[in-house]
Amino acid sequence: MSFASPGAPTPARRVAYLNARLLDPASGMDMAGQVLTEGGRIVDVGANLFPPDLFRDNAPDNAEAIDCKGMCLAPGLVDMRVQLREPGEEHMENMASASQAAAAGGVTTMVALPNTQPVIDDVSLVEFVARRAREIGVTRIRTYAAATKGLHGKELTELGLMAETGAAGFTDGTKAIASAVVMRRALSYARMFGKIIVQHPEEPALAGEGAMNEGEIASRLGLAGIPPAAEIMMVERDLRLVELTGGRYHAAHVSTGEAIDAIRKAKRQGLAVTCDTAPHYFALNETAVGDYRTFAKVSPPLRDEMDRRAVVEGLADGTIDAIASDHAPHDQEEKRLPFAQAAFGIIGLETLLPLSLELVHNGHLKLLQALGALSHRPAAILGFEGGRLARGAPADFVIFDPDKPDRIEEARFRSKSKNSPFDGRPVQGAVLRTVMDGRTVFEAGAERAKRGGRGD
Amino acid sequence: MTALRPGGQRHYPYRHLLGIEGLSPDEIHFLLDRSETYVEQNRRADKKGSSLRGRTIINLFFENSTRTRTSFELAGKRLGGDVINMSVSTSSIKKGETLIDTAMTLNAMHPDVLVVRHSESGAVKLLSEKVNCAVINGGDGSHEHPTQALLDALTIRRRRGRLDGLTVAICGDIAHSRVARSNIHLLNTMGTRVRVVAPTTLLPNSIDRFGVEVFTDMRRGLEGCDIIMMLRLQTERMKGSFVPSIREYFRFFGLDREKLAAAKPDALIMHPGPMNRGTEIDSEVADDIDRSLIQEQVEMGVAVRMACLEILAENLPDRSLRNAP
Repeated sequence: MSFASPGAPTPARRVAYLNARLLDPASGMDMAGQVLTEGGRIVDVGANLFPPDLFRDNAPDNAEAIDCKGMCLAPGLVDMRVQLREPGEEHMENMASASQAAAAGGVTTMVALPNTQPVIDDVSLVEFVARRAREIGVTRIRTYAAATKGLHGKELTELGLMAETGAAGFTDGTKAIASAVVMRRALSYARMFGKIIVQHPEEPALAGEGAMNEGEIASRLGLAGIPPAAEIMMVERDLRLVELTGGRYHAAHVSTGEAIDAIRKAKRQGLAVTCDTAPHYFALNETAVGDYRTFAKVSPPLRDEMDRRAVVEGLADGTIDAIASDHAPHDQEEKRLPFAQAAFGIIGLETLLPLSLELVHNGHLKLLQALGALSHRPAAILGFEGGRLARGAPADFVIFDPDKPDRIEEARFRSKSKNSPFDGRPVQGAVLRTVMDGRTVFEAGAERAKRGGRGD
Repeated sequence: MTALRPGGQRHYPYRHLLGIEGLSPDEIHFLLDRSETYVEQNRRADKKGSSLRGRTIINLFFENSTRTRTSFELAGKRLGGDVINMSVSTSSIKKGETLIDTAMTLNAMHPDVLVVRHSESGAVKLLSEKVNCAVINGGDGSHEHPTQALLDALTIRRRRGRLDGLTVAICGDIAHSRVARSNIHLLNTMGTRVRVVAPTTLLPNSIDRFGVEVFTDMRRGLEGCDIIMMLRLQTERMKGSFVPSIREYFRFFGLDREKLAAAKPDALIMHPGPMNRGTEIDSEVADDIDRSLIQEQVEMGVAVRMACLEILAENLPDRSLRNAP
């Protein structure tokens, strides 16, 4: 006779993902195989995990089986730059709606900027984000904390206490840390806690009231321009400060060839420097502004074709470490305005993967390279344990069809805001299923025709 | 350079005491040995000596100070000297007189020793070049505070019987501290192992070239230490400029029971004062009579300053003295 003690944990749920093309950018693995998860962890990955007869009826012992039908199974995307608008501007987006958008986009971890209302510059607000993420339970949500109090660029926040509370790094969000001495101290101080300083690399005085890339098009449209030099000089300045302090620096959304060149050189020197870009900087150029389309108003601005090609080149040679969506939800009131008055930014969680796959279909990146920039490398920069398919790793992954012809449709966006310049764009590649913490958090077509039986 | 007279006696061969850097172990021991003789005298009911009788000592303080000025004043008076205090509020500096004009004016009054504190590094040396008397640096900017280092050394030497072979951790605002610099020079000269513990923003550039071990993790920095010297952190430096906040500073760099546990079980605690309780040091630790040497440091301060005043006064007629090490 046996007694189950009350409250004994039920055995963790086991799920076998069969018949998958396993893609792990961390190890370079690209092969047919299976993944077995138990609870929130991957317990095994490989080509021959199970005896061939075990799954004769597709129902392995005490494990649920999911047939991937030969589709790609890769680590869940780690989007290292999103704006969630919660707390404070929930009419544009909130953590729940952004989580749905992320799951639909194959994103299992997103890292929020601290430019909310109030600004995340205090331990209690870092805790707030963690608590909301747990409550929602659809994606992992981490947050950067503000590097300076109120994002005012003057006084350092409690970096140490917030690092201990789980801040992923420090940044002033969409504002540059403009003062060289503040940047110096932030880099120096954050180094003690092993955290990165993420810079919005744009010299604010030079960018001024600019609304788009400075050049012929801006001049013809009669719009104030933001010269590429605003980005280049800030990156170059910051690299000097990295050299001085030994700090860890990450340049967000680089958009110019010369800034990328400066980072390439710094990496060769051995400085602790990384950077990311966003899909619009390789998928679009300044001509997308066209006839004052405010959905093409982003910060930094879309650059000219030479810079766009330099971004592609930077991704191809690995100078650019990561691709982040730079998801920036804005409601219509903020975009239906004269171009100069409209808000900067576009949403991106749901278009991150298909736009990145364009680089693969065009032959610029290998599939594993693109996936690395979307998962393994941002996870490594931030010290997250995800971003890889390996025993013991979190069971966070995306199952996708890399070739499926598709079209980006605003109507399908789960984000509360719809500000995307990519509406109607034909793409190749679609997310079929997103698994986070061992649970299916998105399944293509599931909401239209709930078949049940598989997944959650 | 030798600190021995032809007869083999130690001595201090300089006209001024401007800093510790450059002094030899023998010279430092000579100053400490003389200081030692005054510790007992200061504990007696009759504390009065006469070796400075007829001497005029001017405490010239361009920067506010109560403790150091009082300590020098008592030291001079206990040896029978005439001590005059000039602080910035009563001086003519506020009327626009330059530092050198002030020095020349005072020099014309024939003082024997000037004790000078100034907020600018190097100001005391500049002044010393313009006067005929002896000058003691009572603290210049972020440069040196030699009598503080000497009184710290005397305190340690009396408690531990030696300076060499000990490990001392100096913790806090190293970048702006003259106390830290003078102590680093003195302890290094005497064969003490010196560590500095501070957030990166409060470490001066190239501090590793001072012959110290550098730590930004306080527990690791205190591991195996015999002596912990806490430094005062000025409030204007902990509001987001060098350090984010008081509570964060205390969390990572404040000396409390928990961090103290990393040091040797009998490690002793020092602080040059005045303390910011709850910023760099927890009251429980600061007031622990078994561990805290803070009151003893104040006592040793008077003895050290008596010795310094007396030695410089003895040297005064001697024209063969060098100006500074």
